[in-house]
Amino acid sequence: MSRKSFLGKSIVSIKDLTREDLDIIFEEADKMEQIIKSNKKPLDGKILAALFMEPSTRTRLSFEAAMHHLGGSVITVSDPKSSSAVKGESLSDTIRTVENYCDIIAIRHPLEGSARLAAEFSRVPILNGGSGAEEHPTQALLDLYTLLKELKTVEGKSIAMVGDLKYGRTIHSLAYILSKYNAVKLYFVSPPSLRIKAEIKNDLKEAGIEFHEVESLSEVIPLVDAIYMTRIQKERFPQEAEYEKVKDAYVLTKELLTFAKGPIPVLHPLPRVNEISYDVDDTKHAVYFKQMYNGVLVRMALLNLILGGEVK
Amino acid sequence: MAKKSNSSELKVSKIKEGTVIDHVDAGMALIVLEMLGITGREGTVATLSMNVVSKKTGRKDIVKIENRFLEYNEINQIALISPNATINEIKNFTVVKKFDVQLPEVIVGFPKCINPRCITNAREPQVQTYYVKSVDPLKIRCKYCNTNMDKNDVVKQLTKYSGITK
Repeated sequence: MSRKSFLGKSIVSIKDLTREDLDIIFEEADKMEQIIKSNKKPLDGKILAALFMEPSTRTRLSFEAAMHHLGGSVITVSDPKSSSAVKGESLSDTIRTVENYCDIIAIRHPLEGSARLAAEFSRVPILNGGSGAEEHPTQALLDLYTLLKELKTVEGKSIAMVGDLKYGRTIHSLAYILSKYNAVKLYFVSPPSLRIKAEIKNDLKEAGIEFHEVESLSEVIPLVDAIYMTRIQKERFPQEAEYEKVKDAYVLTKELLTFAKGPIPVLHPLPRVNEISYDVDDTKHAVYFKQMYNGVLVRMALLNLILGGEVK
Repeated sequence: MAKKSNSSELKVSKIKEGTVIDHVDAGMALIVLEMLGITGREGTVATLSMNVVSKKTGRKDIVKIENRFLEYNEINQIALISPNATINEIKNFTVVKKFDVQLPEVIVGFPKCINPRCITNAREPQVQTYYVKSVDPLKIRCKYCNTNMDKNDVVKQLTKYSGITK
């Protein structure tokens, strides 16, 4: 496996990536800070189309910043109401139009499987920026990159994944990506109504990953090397009353973290509501804003690898 | 004309031209007819046996349809809900072709995905595609949204019935 194997490749699902692919992506990401500081423009003349049919701040801006840092340019749809989707245009038609304007498309779409469909119809590579409640592979990549920077390795480590495990697509992608490493132990912490889906548990069992489902956050804090918090997403609940019942169930505070093994990293894909209290922000545990910077590096790495940018 | 047999064997009357689907899973015959779009009102001559004794499986259904031969995708549909079924093609009272249905590893074109948020349920030109994860008990997984469907889900999606078990 080499950098060249990424040329023209789409990133639709974490499941499409091998361990070797991950190593190449992270090695490339390590080189990106130097590109930011220099005047190098490896993707000069290339265009990224950011097709965001669902609300996004971080992911879209992160992709756009990544492309600009590499010397490329960006065209954007950030509000689905302004696009022809409101006229009833199909995703496949949208893709077959937009591919004429760019060299690569980053897409976020509310329906599951949308990125896979886009990749089947598109002549340019597709980067999945989030497909419904299904997957968010670039988020998982930056989450893992962050964990590796903080912990040096994830092998043999215990990680708590907390909150909305049922609808949280970042959880799904992260669980899959961690399953490519040895001896990772996962603690799934959630209210019973938000437990992780059976399909994912089956895949984890097949990959030989040890995991435990628990309801109490305070119980797992002393046991783990890292905590991944997620927002309990109101928009994923069919009824608001159901959301109201669970929204305050899992809040991480500075006081709770005093029971941790040490300055264990706390990650969050953001946006947060109240699940990490502000008093955690000034502690050594708070890694979530650093995570966002890592997101730019990882997305730069993907763009550069897929569009064949030189790195000297 | 009825086959001569002793009273403990099933009496099977022969058809001149058409298809006999044997070893349909017990209780599935009506669903097979629905899947094939046969209501009777279009004039199709068909015979059903339901929950009759089978040496192989204990109980089975049999569906006989005159003057109709099944398309490949119809046979695959039947395989989804009756993986042990046998298709007998009859011409001039003789079985000219007999084969077991076989569930392919990938099912293309049906059923509708049970996940309402799947892209395949939107107005797109691509066809539904499923990977067969296990044959018995049936489990298929949508290639696009990764949702699993069991036999009950498949029956629900293929027909207007609400499924066979509560």
